[in-house]
Amino acid sequence: MKEQGTFRVKKGMAQMQKGGVIMDVTTVEQAQIAEKAGAVAVMALERVPADIRAAGGVARMADPAMVKKIMDAVTIPVMAKVRIGHIAEAQILEEIGADYIDESEVLTPADEEYHINKHQFKVPFVCGARDLGEALRRISEGAAMIRTKGEPGTGNVVEAVRHMRKVMDQIRQVIGKAEDELVVLAKELGVSMELLKEVKQEGRLPVVNFAAGGIASPADASLMMQLGSDGIFVGSGIFKSSNPQKVAEAIVKATMNYNDPKLLAEVSRDLGEAMPGLEMSTLTEADRMQERGA
Amino acid sequence: MKIGVLSIQGAVSEHLKHLELCGAKAVPVKSKAELSAIKGLVIPGGESTTIGKLIQAAGLDKPIKERAENGSLAVFGTCAGMVVMAGEVTDGLEGQPRLELMDTRVKRNAFGRQRESFEMELDFKSFDRPLTGVFIRSPIITGAGEKVEVLTSLPEGIVAARQDNLLAVSFHPELTGDRRIHYYFLEMCRQL
Repeated sequence: MKEQGTFRVKKGMAQMQKGGVIMDVTTVEQAQIAEKAGAVAVMALERVPADIRAAGGVARMADPAMVKKIMDAVTIPVMAKVRIGHIAEAQILEEIGADYIDESEVLTPADEEYHINKHQFKVPFVCGARDLGEALRRISEGAAMIRTKGEPGTGNVVEAVRHMRKVMDQIRQVIGKAEDELVVLAKELGVSMELLKEVKQEGRLPVVNFAAGGIASPADASLMMQLGSDGIFVGSGIFKSSNPQKVAEAIVKATMNYNDPKLLAEVSRDLGEAMPGLEMSTLTEADRMQERGA
Repeated sequence: MKIGVLSIQGAVSEHLKHLELCGAKAVPVKSKAELSAIKGLVIPGGESTTIGKLIQAAGLDKPIKERAENGSLAVFGTCAGMVVMAGEVTDGLEGQPRLELMDTRVKRNAFGRQRESFEMELDFKSFDRPLTGVFIRSPIITGAGEKVEVLTSLPEGIVAARQDNLLAVSFHPELTGDRRIHYYFLEMCRQL
């Protein structure tokens, strides 16, 4: 008998994306460019994070008709975002057949206390995290994939680096701890002993961990892979650049060959104008999307 | 015995671990030099469009094809690997580069979208008890030539098949604790 939506099937889907690049797209044409460039999936959005940031106001799930159009136009998986805690938006995306749901801080949170109970869905979820505690709390809610939050729509990789380093550092601490010490850490992080034991045993997060939030160049992608990311999300970095096709292909190649400086030098050449970036100190507390949904 | 896992994208580490636990020396393969040192090659699950494109970009398509055809290399494709190895793909991306090693016709995402992905017990030819097949946006073989031996099928089509030194399965044995299909492949490598 076929058993659908098991955690192994959901987590496995993310495992198949490892070493790949997932690209934000807002139109059918962009989705096709991404697929042709070798993206492993696309994230269907009405606006890329840089534009959401610029527009202000409440950012919601994209129009299902627009997500559906992109699903019909490409053969690779299509992801879409819902607001943190917005169960109904997630039900709508599952209904239309989106392959993955990002419960994302890029959109305006719908619930300031609770995330979605993701175990109740057949479709897998990815969630953002800044540290091990956030990552494991999201996994216990049913997330089948984790990504760094970074600071979306800035084209500035500094926050993604901070979050990836933090998670990796905390994993190393867990590996070095005795079991009775893990009890205290479990309490501190607000996570279960079972999950911490799993981290200690496997020496990594129990699910795939991608980098996201500010990655704008092939070199950024390589940097995040060298810090231990399983793969890369690129938001505004591709379609806010002057030559999206070329930048998309370059980031795909840089992710696969992240430890080959010769190839990185080759693919980083003549990419045209990159997206204009934002310096973190210019953001107010309210501008920082990463503070949403801890 | 040295076995490679094509290390472009997808479930690379899972296959490496399975092969090591089966007693093989497992290495990631990204270059022609690494390819020339192995006896068997696993093409893992991932996105077939991405893997096909990057096999070509890395210049690995011709040497893999040459060695698979002269019988000096056994090849085992899971999921996306089955698509990359297929002679014909009925719903591929236009111009999608592939290796075209097997006399098979393959349909991508044959069971539907991720929501429809599933696991189930399967009988595998020559195995004494069933195994768990994990199907994730999996392809199926809808047509196969005379030289292709069917190892498992579902009502929708063939989900595991062998053609001499080539093995392709729709599902993901690397996501379960059952290593019998990896042993089966290592036996194929030994017989080269």
